[in-house]
Amino acid sequence: MRLLGLIARRLVWVPATLIGLVVLVFVISHVVPSDPARILAGENATAAQLAALRHQYGFDRPLPEQLLRYIIDVGRGDMGVSLYTQTPVASEVWRRLPATMELAVYAMAAAVLFGVPLGVAAALRRNSWFDHALRVLTVSGLAIAAFWLAILLQLLFAMWLNLTPVQGRVSDFGPSGITGFYTIDAALAGDWASELDVLRHLALPVMTLAFPAMATIVRFTRAGVIGTLGSFFVDYQRAMGVPWRITVWRYVLRSALTGTLTQIGLVFGNLLAGAVVVEAVFDWPGLGQFAVNSILQSDYNAILGFTIYVGVMFIVVNLLIDVGQVLLDPRGR
Amino acid sequence: MKLLGRIARDPVALAGLLVLAVIVLAAIFAPLLATYPQDVTTYHTAQRLLPPSATHWFGTNQMGGDIYSRLLFGARITLMTAVIAVAVSVLIGVPIGLVGGYWPGFIGDGLMRVSDVFLAVPQIVLAMAIAATLGPQIQNVILALSLTYWPFWARLVYAETRNAKNEIYVEAAVALGVPPWRVMVLHILPAIAPSLIIRTSIGLGGTILTASALGFLGLGPPPPSPEWGRMIADARAFLPGAWWNAAAPGIAILVLVMAFNLIGDGLRDVLDPKLRGQARARGGAVD
Repeated sequence: MRLLGLIARRLVWVPATLIGLVVLVFVISHVVPSDPARILAGENATAAQLAALRHQYGFDRPLPEQLLRYIIDVGRGDMGVSLYTQTPVASEVWRRLPATMELAVYAMAAAVLFGVPLGVAAALRRNSWFDHALRVLTVSGLAIAAFWLAILLQLLFAMWLNLTPVQGRVSDFGPSGITGFYTIDAALAGDWASELDVLRHLALPVMTLAFPAMATIVRFTRAGVIGTLGSFFVDYQRAMGVPWRITVWRYVLRSALTGTLTQIGLVFGNLLAGAVVVEAVFDWPGLGQFAVNSILQSDYNAILGFTIYVGVMFIVVNLLIDVGQVLLDPRGR
Repeated sequence: MKLLGRIARDPVALAGLLVLAVIVLAAIFAPLLATYPQDVTTYHTAQRLLPPSATHWFGTNQMGGDIYSRLLFGARITLMTAVIAVAVSVLIGVPIGLVGGYWPGFIGDGLMRVSDVFLAVPQIVLAMAIAATLGPQIQNVILALSLTYWPFWARLVYAETRNAKNEIYVEAAVALGVPPWRVMVLHILPAIAPSLIIRTSIGLGGTILTASALGFLGLGPPPPSPEWGRMIADARAFLPGAWWNAAAPGIAILVLVMAFNLIGDGLRDVLDPKLRGQARARGGAVD
């Protein structure tokens, strides 16, 4: 019941936060008066054509009215049309969402899969050469510029070793399927040649995103495990003859992971922020690339639409983490 | 000074401090240290893309500019951007967090909801939008970073102020009739200063990463400005041949950010004994 209360209390604020976000981005993109109609119409448009376009898109209305209209439209599920591609923003975002989610999910999985055991191992062998080596690795993971790491990996694996493609998501059209996750679609179709192709394309961007994420997870897991190893229940279980393996991996880890879990929200944020830059480097047809393009082209509707989607994702992830925390740590119930 | 002495006893933090000192000195004395100071703005197309050698220590770029000299001048841009952006965001965020945490009811909730709006998307997205609207100039990058980074400080100070408000010395001050602003500035702020100092160091590192990402995406100062992110972006067209062109500025960013992070870690050990060996958050801007 407390869990439901927590969720309800958080959900109450979601619409307000989102409207605030829309207002903020709207203000940002309209601070400098520019003329989107001019972009739309092209170079040789006559004054009359411009005026007609402004009228058609409502650019001739006062800004507060444009803002209000936009919020009402979004409430109805209409995010408007991208000024550049002339496609509805909502469908453009949905088309690109799986590409980014596929990157983020694999990067997160890799980060957790490697990060948690490495963090536990470092905590158990505290101040050993392994711990120190891992510290150097995690410190550099948090200090490296994602776009530069991406370029290094391209240089090493794609250009020098020729193991992976330099960029892109797939060699030709990509497997068709329902999920939009190419790895799953190819597997469902039993098309192993394109599965391999998709995985080879995924490898470098996933590595780029996973490295800093893993560094964060290693540090928090290590700290959590070290903190928990000092508790009385560890001494007790030891005295009772509970096998050390079970104490560490079943009991200590569970308690230590509550701290790591909070960080996953942070890591997810880092992944989305990283995706913006990494997709630009790898020419990955996801939301990050969409954001960069629409910002560089001052495509208002696209920027606003993207921001709303990311805001919703962020809020949902943070809510899930709060819920997970309560489930993992009985004291919070 | 006492603080510096204590940090200096931690070898890792000392390494960070030394590296930072070297880079700051290199930035200040860039005109003296640069082997080709004029190469920041002039082109020598005859010497383009030369590999590292005795005459050009880190090689030359696509315009024939000496990369070592350009890196030195780029350090000025990077350090200035990060320091001003973090300072401004601290100056906005800390008072908001103090006021919100001191009156956590209506005022605090309202202020925190406003910062939630900023924190609901990655900082770089908002910063990109602002920088793109205002145009690719260094002042605009600084403005974009400041306007999007303050909520992080507001959040941090809000939480710490709420905790500090329950401390007996704060209650005592309030009971003695000390006015709220004095309690905030003279009693609460000193108590939360250690964690602010730690986060500032790590935040400088994070801001450098975000700023260079903006530069990389073409939203920073335009060429021939030797901004490190832009240097890497321009070098991409000449890979894999002229790899040194991309390597040098990337290493510079890595080393500088690492120095700030190591100093932050060291400060944490010295200033915050409770946290010793415990969780070290990545307080950077890209988070």
